[in-house]
Amino acid sequence: MFDLDAWREIFQSINKNKLRAMLSGFTVAFAILLFTLLFGIVNGLQNFFTQAFVDDADNSMFVRTWKTTKPYKGLQSGRRIQLKNEHLDYILEEHSEKVQHISARKYLNVRITYKTKQDNYSIRAVHPDHRYLEKTIIDEGRFINQLDLNQKNKVIVIGRLVKKDLFGERLALGKYVNLNDISYKIVGVFSDEGGDREERNVYMPITTAQMLYGNNDYIDNILIGYNPRLTIDRAVAFGNRLERELRQKLNIHPDDQSALFIRNMAEANKNVGQLTTALFFIVILVGSGTLIAGIIGISNIMIFSIKERTKEFGIRKALGAKPGSIISMVVKESLLITSIAGYLGLVLGTFILSQIGDGLEEYFIYNPSVSSGIVIGATFTLIIAGLLAGYLPAKKAAQIKPIVALRAD
Amino acid sequence: MIRIEGLHKSYPIGKDSLHVLKGLDLHIKEGEFVSIMGSSGSGKSTLLNIVGLLDEHDVGNYYLNGQLIEKLNEKKAAVLRNKFLGFVFQSFNLISYKTAVENVALPLYYKGVGRKERLKTALEYLEKVELGPWAEHLPNELSGGQKQRVAIARALVTVPKVILADEPTGALDSTTTDSVMDLLKGINDEGMTVFVITHEEEVAEQTDRIVRLKDGVIISDELTESGKAKAKQYV
Ligand SMILES: Nc1ncnc2c1ncn2[C@@H]1O[C@H](COP(=O)(O)OP(=O)(O)O)[C@@H](O)[C@H]1O
Ligand SMILES: [Mg+2]
Repeated sequence: MFDLDAWREIFQSINKNKLRAMLSGFTVAFAILLFTLLFGIVNGLQNFFTQAFVDDADNSMFVRTWKTTKPYKGLQSGRRIQLKNEHLDYILEEHSEKVQHISARKYLNVRITYKTKQDNYSIRAVHPDHRYLEKTIIDEGRFINQLDLNQKNKVIVIGRLVKKDLFGERLALGKYVNLNDISYKIVGVFSDEGGDREERNVYMPITTAQMLYGNNDYIDNILIGYNPRLTIDRAVAFGNRLERELRQKLNIHPDDQSALFIRNMAEANKNVGQLTTALFFIVILVGSGTLIAGIIGISNIMIFSIKERTKEFGIRKALGAKPGSIISMVVKESLLITSIAGYLGLVLGTFILSQIGDGLEEYFIYNPSVSSGIVIGATFTLIIAGLLAGYLPAKKAAQIKPIVALRAD
Repeated sequence: MIRIEGLHKSYPIGKDSLHVLKGLDLHIKEGEFVSIMGSSGSGKSTLLNIVGLLDEHDVGNYYLNGQLIEKLNEKKAAVLRNKFLGFVFQSFNLISYKTAVENVALPLYYKGVGRKERLKTALEYLEKVELGPWAEHLPNELSGGQKQRVAIARALVTVPKVILADEPTGALDSTTTDSVMDLLKGINDEGMTVFVITHEEEVAEQTDRIVRLKDGVIISDELTESGKAKAKQYV
């Protein structure tokens, strides 16, 4: 029930004992502020790590080969390992249900000439799925398609910066350029969030590249997007299994990381997940520490202030105050101070976090913020602590015989 | 108004106990002006605190306004105190952060009187003790005598049956002592029962009846000159 007179008594008591109110208010506000900042910063760390992996699709696997470092089945070490179409086909045949996207990648370095302008660029010869695996954004035209693959079309998709180099602001789509004296048609322009380096690439059909440059079925890397329905653990297992199978097919020692290696985002995700979990526990630990410190702070102040007021309570009782009215006065006072101070701490904390924004990115903290649920929960914890911290000693004080309370000083 | 029969009170001191009141019998009728005399430590305050329901007795009977006082919890005691009793203490016991008028109004707050009426009544009583102009002052801006008059106004404001005063002049000089005693006399003249503790003979002389306490026993209980005069009036 809202009793204006009771609140007037409380406001007066707070107003006339500002130091006491400020002390307990400060303790609460500070605890909530620390709590908010702490949670916010850990959130920022998480945001940073999540963001750091968004360039490539987060379900991607990358098969790369180099030279063997271990002799195997009578074969010398130092042997150069070459992936071929058959390996990609094998993955598709054996593991089709685990694969969402797949693409080969073959690298070429060519000189591209348009009218008077020319420069060296790196070419990636790929399958159509590559755009999903690299998260390529098509700005104009289209990406490499199946028809290009079938017909071994001489078409390319150029990066935004390649277009800028060769064409400036003019139209590039549909124009023909020379790659080492072979004429290709530009069918698309792309951009990529991975940065400038990515946007200096040029894509062409893998079949075209294999026919025109070496006339073989060689590929440099295989990119796989595993089925997103796989759990992280199963995706990790899939990557390991594929690694084993490919090593076997290529007569590589099962442990030869250098000869053939699969970089699996599932593992990175798993690590990020573990890091996040670890951070979460740290936060729980430090956060509850902060809260407990705050709770102890309020309790101490309340106990002290109630002791200080024992005589006042004795006077009030001699004048007819019932124990309940004394308890309710103290508890309401404690409640009022903790909730106002808690709210201030909360507002200040969220304000500071919002000011930080992305200003701490170099410390791996990005866009720190807190979910309102957590902070409101923390504030309520402190308010309840404030209630108890007021209630327990007040109850004790209210039960003291007035004659004893009056003698206190 | 106040009837005490065979009242005993001891305080525990460590394992022992200190027997302070050793079987008191006392009857104070409504409208009396009684003082208790005795040297320091004779048990005067203990008696007054029991009468004032601030403390409990061990053995014996105590009737306040005809009601037997036993097994009172704090809540019931608070109601009875608020209704029947007004306290004046040697050390004033004003609440330091409240103004004079707020201090006087406080018992009315616990009686459940609305704020406006509370402050109006409180001001009337402050005027009665000639402190109207000091209504908005804090206790530490008042002299000892003024503080005690505020305390008396506070004791009176609920129109209690009995005013209990524990050495109300103990902290005052002789002129202010006289003014406080005049006030109490005036209150008694209006029909209120007044029960004063003192160890000053001159103060006791101004009451109607002096009860002398020594080592927890009543050694004498006599009317003063004024008491005798009043008694004659009524006969
Ligand atoms: N709460 C208490 N605990 C122990 N002893 C007490 C307590 N209150 C009073 N006394 C003792 O009881 C005796 C009587 O005290 P009191 O009634 O205050 O005397 P007076 O008011 O006559 O000076 C004193 O010896 C005092 O020390
Ligand atoms: Mg005394």
